[in-house]
This record gives sequence, structure tokens and C-alpha cells, in this order.
Amino acid sequence: MATVDLKDIRKIYPGGFEAVKKVDLAIKDGALCVLVGPSGCGKSTLLRMIAGLETITEGEILIDGREVNELGPAERDIAMVFQNYALYPHMSVYDNMAYGLRNRRMAKPEIDKRVREAAATLELDHLLTRRPRELSGGQRQRVAMGRAIVRSPKVFLFDEPLSNLDAKLRGQMRVEIKNLQRSLGVTSVYVTHDQLEAMTLADVLVVMNAGNVEQIGAPLDIYEKPATLFVASFIGAPPMNLLPLKRGEGRAALADGTEIGGKGLSLSREAATLGIRPENLVLAAADGADGLDATFDIVVRAIEPVGAESFVYGDAGKTRLVVRVAGKTIVEPGAHMRIGASAADLHIFDEAGKRI
Amino acid sequence: MIDNRPSRRIIAHAVLIFGVLIVAFPIYYTFVASTHSLQTILRPPLPLIPGSHFLENYTTALFGGIDRIGGVGVDRLLWNSTVVAVLIAVGKIFISILSAYAVVFFRFPFRMTFFWLIFITLMLPVEVRILPTYKVMVDFGLIDTYAGLTLPLMASATATLLFRQFFMTIPGELVEAARVDGAGPWRFFWDILLPLSKTNIAALFVIQFIYGWTQYLWPLLVTNRNDMGTIVIALRKMISFADADTEWHLVMVTCILAILPPILVVVLMQRWFVRGLVETEK
Repeated sequence: MATVDLKDIRKIYPGGFEAVKKVDLAIKDGALCVLVGPSGCGKSTLLRMIAGLETITEGEILIDGREVNELGPAERDIAMVFQNYALYPHMSVYDNMAYGLRNRRMAKPEIDKRVREAAATLELDHLLTRRPRELSGGQRQRVAMGRAIVRSPKVFLFDEPLSNLDAKLRGQMRVEIKNLQRSLGVTSVYVTHDQLEAMTLADVLVVMNAGNVEQIGAPLDIYEKPATLFVASFIGAPPMNLLPLKRGEGRAALADGTEIGGKGLSLSREAATLGIRPENLVLAAADGADGLDATFDIVVRAIEPVGAESFVYGDAGKTRLVVRVAGKTIVEPGAHMRIGASAADLHIFDEAGKRI
Repeated sequence: MIDNRPSRRIIAHAVLIFGVLIVAFPIYYTFVASTHSLQTILRPPLPLIPGSHFLENYTTALFGGIDRIGGVGVDRLLWNSTVVAVLIAVGKIFISILSAYAVVFFRFPFRMTFFWLIFITLMLPVEVRILPTYKVMVDFGLIDTYAGLTLPLMASATATLLFRQFFMTIPGELVEAARVDGAGPWRFFWDILLPLSKTNIAALFVIQFIYGWTQYLWPLLVTNRNDMGTIVIALRKMISFADADTEWHLVMVTCILAILPPILVVVLMQRWFVRGLVETEK
């Protein structure tokens, strides 16, 4: 159990590529911190720097208040779960879990006790003598978790641990990881590119893009108040509608000239981007008596019924929009709809992508 | 490719049987010759079925016959060959697995230079570097020693390359997992790399054992004393240029004795050998 502090961390590869640019992050004791971002955003590099598998170009990493920059991975008291599990193929499940402990010269009875406890927690008891190749993907994943648990380290590091599992198993393992992390109370850093995983697992969510931290916060705060255009487009599925705006005469209009109905918006600058989540768009009354701040007339292009909800894709002028509608819809492609959102649900970003 | 029509199978079998005959017939004929008396062998044609002198020829050869011709007993020759073949095989594997380990898993200055240096020695077979090597052996006083017989044949770019290719297929995550688990370079090599390489090692051992066993030119040069000769060299010495003096029946017996140990190694290690060539344990 420990805190993890990153202070002005930078990583520049020998070729000159700057993978991580000045990252500052403080993770509280026992928290599950998820690093999320598209591939190549530097999240894995950051994790590997915490693990000690990657050198740190600049900055300081502290685990439990102690600087670990110069320590090897084994001396940092961390355990890592890898994307492809990285189990030792020639060792039994038992030996896979015991290997790290043996290298630490732990007494045999203690090793045995820990391995059996971890195996019981992960329901691997009956598989201890098997080889990794005789196991299913989910079981391998558990063994990889077990290998981390037996060490009872200060920090767990997860490098996209669920990306090799099928969708159903992924959901199941996600819950298990969450519960396990809660019950063990071990500070964890979890890397993923899957925003659903990120939202559901994180105590603290760190959204990264191109080596920068875009936003740090609780998942729902980030969802409700994305700090940048990038976060707005990355978090949420289907993604937030992003509509280019221009100042217009008196009130703002879409960049393609389409008017915005309702009470209307005013814009203090020449251009901006308006973000509205699909679920915040509702059907508007024709007479404007609904009190919506921004309404759009759209022509329905396609409908995606998912069961509990449907997504209606339409065009407001030349700008595309997605609307989430509860239950089934009886709209046909080609129909006209009037939709809108209230001011609280409008996100406006300036030309640099910053939230206004 | 998988086709079970009878005609195809007959053709496939015919080809296979033909191949086996081509390979096996000379060995069979050698065996046949080793069971006939010298008189029968010298009066062609040689019969196609084994003769009645099996026990007589083999007893003579094993107990003094070869000693009489070559000046050294067959047991000593077989021992020499075994020592040479095992030393070469083990030495090659030892050196090449370590050098491949260094080249693949460590970052040091001129790493690729070293790799290419090893690699270009592929273009220099024993025969090309035989004179300088011989000079070195003479200067070190290694003529007529096991070291002289084996050392120059141990360094092997082929085996290094083979191990390198295998090591490169080992996922980086496995190396990192071992680092997180507190395994230093030596532990990683011993606990993880070596067990994963055992099929490769077995396959290489078989190949290199036979390579060492069948060496001819180098042992011929580097040994003068008969009691340091390998069985292949002794065979050559048993054949004199005047045909009538050669005791062909004993030469044939020696031939059979000379091919038995390699066959034994192949048969015993066959399972590992095949696995090493067709799959990697992952």
C-alpha cells in the first residue's frame, strides 16, 4: 500500500521522439488510477517507467514517498500484469506464481501458503499443476493476476490486461479486477485504450493524448465536464456531437450557415466548437415552449436500434448529429425532427480545443 | 495437400521406398560385406545376402584384428570418436547459446558488429582457415590432444544464428515479467531461456554430434599418433593402396561399428530432435 507520485516526467527516446511530455500525477494510497488514450499517446510508456522497465529522461517517480528512478523493477516492490499475460510457458501454474517469491528467497512454507491463498481467491486451485498452454484465456489472465497478488506489492501495474479476451469475458474480468483491487486495497495503475473499461474501473481517470495529460479527474466529472475537445471526443460512446460554430449576426450559428433555434447562443469569439452528448439531445416542441437553449432541425439519415435505446443519425444542414433515444423509435430515414438541448448540457470549446 | 486417393498413396509410398532404398542400400551392402570372408569379397560379384562369417569377422575385429592393422584397438578408436563428437557438440552448443544470449538480450557497444563478425565466419569453413589454425595448434602444442581435435571446430556461427533466431521469438513481455519477478540475467538464462531452448538444444546436439563424428580432414591433420585417431581416420588408414593387402572384411566390420553410435544418438534423441526442428515450446 502506497502512494505513487509522478513529478514532471518526460520520456524522450534515443531517436528524439518525445513519448511523454511533462506528466504530473499524484495517486492516492489504495486508488485505482486508469490511464486512457489512443495508441501511441504515451500511456504504456508512462506505466513502464513506473515499473522500471523504461528509463526516465526527466522528472521523478516516487513510490510510497521514496524516489525509485534508479531502482530496477524488482526493487520497486511493484507487480505487473501484462497484455499477453507473459506466463512462463514451461512452468506449472503453481511455479509461475511462486517464481517471483523464490527469487526473493522466501521460505518454502510461506510461498506455498501465499500461492494457495491467491489460487483460492482466483479459483485456480484445481489448475495448479497445469501448464499455461492448457489454460483458457481467462484462466491465463487469472494466473497473471495471481502472480501479481502473491507478491503483495505496494503497487499493481496493469498493461491492457483484458485486451486479449472476448467481450463477455472482458466484462466479467473487469468486475473481478475491480473487486479484487478494492478488497486488497493496493494502489494500482491501469492502462487501457478502451474508454468503457476506463470509465467503469477508475477512481481517478487520466486521459492522455500525444504524450500530454489532457485531463485528470473522477470518471463522471470528466464525462460531464471534458476539459478539452480531445477528451470530449474520446470519452463516451457514441462520441459527443461536435459542431463547428461561427459568431453569426447577433447569435451563433453552425459554421455551415445552419441556424440554431431555441433561445440561441451568443459567441464572444469568431469561431468555436459546440459539443452535445447524444443522450442530452431531446425532441423539441415545434412552438419553442420547451425552454431549450439550442435546437436543430434535422433530417434523419439512419437509425441504429440497440434494444434498450436507439441512435438516430441525422443532418442539421450539412452537420452530422447523433441523438440517443430511449427504447424503440418509429422514425424513418428521411423524416424531419426538431431536437435540442439545454444550456447545462452544452460544451463549448475554443479554437485551441480548450473548454470555455 | 491431404488427399487419400489410393493412386496418390501408392505413388507417395513408391517415392518414399525408393528414397529409403537409395540411402539404405549401401549400408546394407556394407553389412553384407562384413559377414563374408576376405576371399569372397575379393572375388566379385559380392552376394546380396549376408554370408556365414558374421561371428568370425566381428570377433576377429573386436579382439585384436583392427589392433593388428591399425596399431590401436577398436575400443580406443570408438572412445576417441565419442569424446571428440561429444566435446564438439557440447562445446558448440555452450558457446553459441551464450553468444546468442548476449547478442539478443543485451545492449552493448558494437553489438551488431560482433554479431556480423560471428556471422561472416559462416563464409570461412574449416578448409579455408585450415593452415593458420594448424599453425596455432602447433604453437600451442595441441597436436595429438583432444583439445586440438575439438577446439577449432567448436566456434559455430550456424548454431549461434539458430539460437539467435529462436531467442528473437521470445516475447519481450516474458523478459520483462522475469525482471519484475526479480530474475537477474543469469537467473533468466538458467530458469527460463534454457528450459525453453531444450528442444533446440537436443536437435543441435544430434546434428553436431554427427558433424563431429564424421570429421575427417581436421583429425587427419592434427593427429599423428594412432592412439589419438578417430575411427574415421583409422578406417582410412586400414585401407592400403595395394588392394590385396587390405583386409576388406575387417574394414567393413569397422564401418558398421563406426555408424552404430551416431545411429544410437539419433534413435535415442529422435523424439526431441523432431520436436526441435518442427516446433518451439511456447
